[in-house]
Amino acid sequence: MVSPILELTNINKSFGHVQANKNINLKINKGTIHGIIGENGAGKSTLMSIVFGLYQANSGSIKINGKEINLRSPRDSIVNGIGMVHQHFMLVENFTVLENIILGFEGETVFGEKLANAKKDLEELCKTYNFNIDLDATIADLSVGFRQRVEILKSLYRGAEILILDEPTGVLTPQEVDELFKILRSLKEEGKTIVLITHKLIEIMDLTSEVSVMRQGEMVGHTKTQDTNKEQLAEMMVGRSVLLRVDKKEIKKGEVIFKVNNLSVKDDLDVIRVKNINLEIRSGEILGIAGVTGNGQTELLEALSGIRKVESGNIQLFGEKISDQDNFLNPRMLKEKGLAHVPEDRQRMGLISDFKAHENLIFGYHDQEPFSKSAVLNNKEITEYSSKIMQEYDVRPNSPNLITSNFSGGNQQKIILSRELNENPKVLLVGQPTRGVDIGAIEFIHQRLIDMRDRGAAILLASVELDEILSLSDRIIVMFDGKIVGEKENKNVTDRELGLLMAGVA
Amino acid sequence: MSNIVVDKSKVPWWVSNVIVPLVNLTLALLVSGLFIFIAGENPIEAVKLIIFGSFGYIQGFAYTLYYTTNFIFTGLAFAVAFHCRLFNIGGEGQAYIGGLGVFLVAINLSFLPIPIVWLLSICGAFLFGAAWAYIPAYLQSKRGSHVVITTIMFNFIASSLMIFLLVDVIRDTNQMAPHTVKLPEAIWLPSFEAFSGILGIKIRYSPLNLTFLLAIASLFFVWFLVWKTKWGYEMRAVGHNTQAAIYAGISPHKNIIIAMCISGGLAGLLGVNEILGVSHKIQAGFPAGYGFTGIAVALMGRNHPIGILPAAFLFGILYQGGSEVTFEMPNITRYMFVAVQGLIILFSGALENLFRPQIESFFVRRLNKEVNA
Repeated sequence: MVSPILELTNINKSFGHVQANKNINLKINKGTIHGIIGENGAGKSTLMSIVFGLYQANSGSIKINGKEINLRSPRDSIVNGIGMVHQHFMLVENFTVLENIILGFEGETVFGEKLANAKKDLEELCKTYNFNIDLDATIADLSVGFRQRVEILKSLYRGAEILILDEPTGVLTPQEVDELFKILRSLKEEGKTIVLITHKLIEIMDLTSEVSVMRQGEMVGHTKTQDTNKEQLAEMMVGRSVLLRVDKKEIKKGEVIFKVNNLSVKDDLDVIRVKNINLEIRSGEILGIAGVTGNGQTELLEALSGIRKVESGNIQLFGEKISDQDNFLNPRMLKEKGLAHVPEDRQRMGLISDFKAHENLIFGYHDQEPFSKSAVLNNKEITEYSSKIMQEYDVRPNSPNLITSNFSGGNQQKIILSRELNENPKVLLVGQPTRGVDIGAIEFIHQRLIDMRDRGAAILLASVELDEILSLSDRIIVMFDGKIVGEKENKNVTDRELGLLMAGVA
Repeated sequence: MSNIVVDKSKVPWWVSNVIVPLVNLTLALLVSGLFIFIAGENPIEAVKLIIFGSFGYIQGFAYTLYYTTNFIFTGLAFAVAFHCRLFNIGGEGQAYIGGLGVFLVAINLSFLPIPIVWLLSICGAFLFGAAWAYIPAYLQSKRGSHVVITTIMFNFIASSLMIFLLVDVIRDTNQMAPHTVKLPEAIWLPSFEAFSGILGIKIRYSPLNLTFLLAIASLFFVWFLVWKTKWGYEMRAVGHNTQAAIYAGISPHKNIIIAMCISGGLAGLLGVNEILGVSHKIQAGFPAGYGFTGIAVALMGRNHPIGILPAAFLFGILYQGGSEVTFEMPNITRYMFVAVQGLIILFSGALENLFRPQIESFFVRRLNKEVNA
């Protein structure tokens, strides 16, 4: 029996009345890729932040190579050979790769010998692991995939033996994911230990040799990856079996209720990002927009929801022109006309993280009865409504007075969805409804969208997840470089077909 | 080992909202004591004088409350704008122009029934202060000119404008000093000395007047506005996340302007206290720094009316007690008390987190012991 390189015993951690980690035990063996999987809010990131010294556990012990250690700060962890690559990178954008990596470990006041040595060491490291990074490139010029490599390189340079990656593929394109996996495998070959936090089952099956499953703050199972399968893991994660495909029945479509004619839209830098787009959506129909991020989907949704000015063309709702280049209705007026919008980026736009949950649940509807009467907010109504709707949408914990940033990503998304769906909109614009959301919540959200469609709403769905587009949409359009490059009924469409369109080659 | 654990969030609310500020305040006063000691006076005697000066006799206490009144207005002014994440440094200028509003309304409409004159003068103060804040607000919302810069500049403009008016336009022409004629005595706000007769105490003079009640009402008004109305809700939404506000159909422009105007209006109310209540005329430079000290009051009071009231009272004590000390102790000048104020701002603002972690973890340990005992 090999002794584990990292051993956690009875780790407990709570934030307020939410216990994020309950009596966690975990052993990670040297030279393996160990997956930690669980829904959003299961406590994976909290646990790893404890290992990295960002949080201190309320109780429990951490042993590295059999020796008990006390991690008070990330510096303690780095000294003990632990490195972490966060979901959001910790890089100085206008520094070069080299400057970022030596930051805090410069070792000299005037750059000279030590910098040169560092550069030599790093070039060596890059060669060993096939990193292919230009050390003198400025971070701002690098793609997300390369930035992530810089983070990994930084950890290695600082002597990491255990490398923790928190949801590393969330921000990557499929090609970049392949490259990352190659690097991780070669790290393993060199004897490094890798801890991969994710909620994507496919990555676990692809990459790891052992996997631990967390659910609601508890460790619910450890197993060798080869002894399990996706369905079994999914069941462990959510505690019940899940449908990985949505149940969607054929319904009769109604008439066209939302129509876009020759629409062009500029972004904040005055560049035309949506080019002369025409589309229409019928009642009872989900229209999916597929496309690689940054091909105009964001600007399109913002223009349709009244946030961004229309450059030319117009938008019609129930045959009535609601926006063109001279006039446009603001989001509040559009809400009154029955148009709801679930924005792509919930942190930036969908809610206010410093507000209490009940304040976010009425956001945008706060001036309507019964939430407010002649400008005075009705706290009792709002709280009652909030706890009712949180129950209905299974927002956990059901605490309307908790500050929103204390909810997990999936639960924050449920807060937005419950708010936007509750008014039974006629037209629903949805961007990335399940980004960073766990499987149980994904299923729930998908079912709600299908229910809305069955009740006759016209839904526009923009998503970077092809699976999501394919399983929900009735009709699919593909956007590339601001234009619609393909339109298909969702019958026997393959992801390969869409992929070619998305890449702009077909 | 027990598994029951208590973390920071279980620390009772009064630890971070009462104990921590008190510890910071105590430290500021200890360092101030050191200064007084270095200046060659006895700090303990100085404290006794401050307490006696601000509480020891009825007239001194009335002075304390009079200063408190001014600090409540300027503290609230800063706090309201801050909830929309606007740093309104222009309380001083807004108060100055607010004073002009009180005076113009009161002197021109003095023929009306007295309560109506009061009411309209209060409105005048609010509107003039609000109008003076409107210009920086407009420039911020439409042109992106930062309010910190523009409101500071508007303090200077207000000061120059008022000097011009007081010298060339509305000066009492029977004398040389830059101040106006007095308002007719009938419309002066009743002062505390009038009430003191009823209470059976006799005092010679007191600047404390009915405006104190207006200040208390303003505390309620701000609390209600910020937390209980959709306007406050929208202001806070814009302050926390402008993008999200736009998404929800809340106009940042409108809310920046509303928040600044209410802020300016509250600062303007200082003019009611000074002109309708105390001096009954506009004197050059009457806001005397209250606008700036209001920033400290709001910071110390955590931008909440419940905090602003004790913070304003504390600064009232320092102003009144401080002047008592400067009378009695020849080595202590009034600038010493500006330094004391500065120390309080330093310890309760900039060094706010100096002792917080230690104090909180002390309570965590204690609670843990209790739970596991």
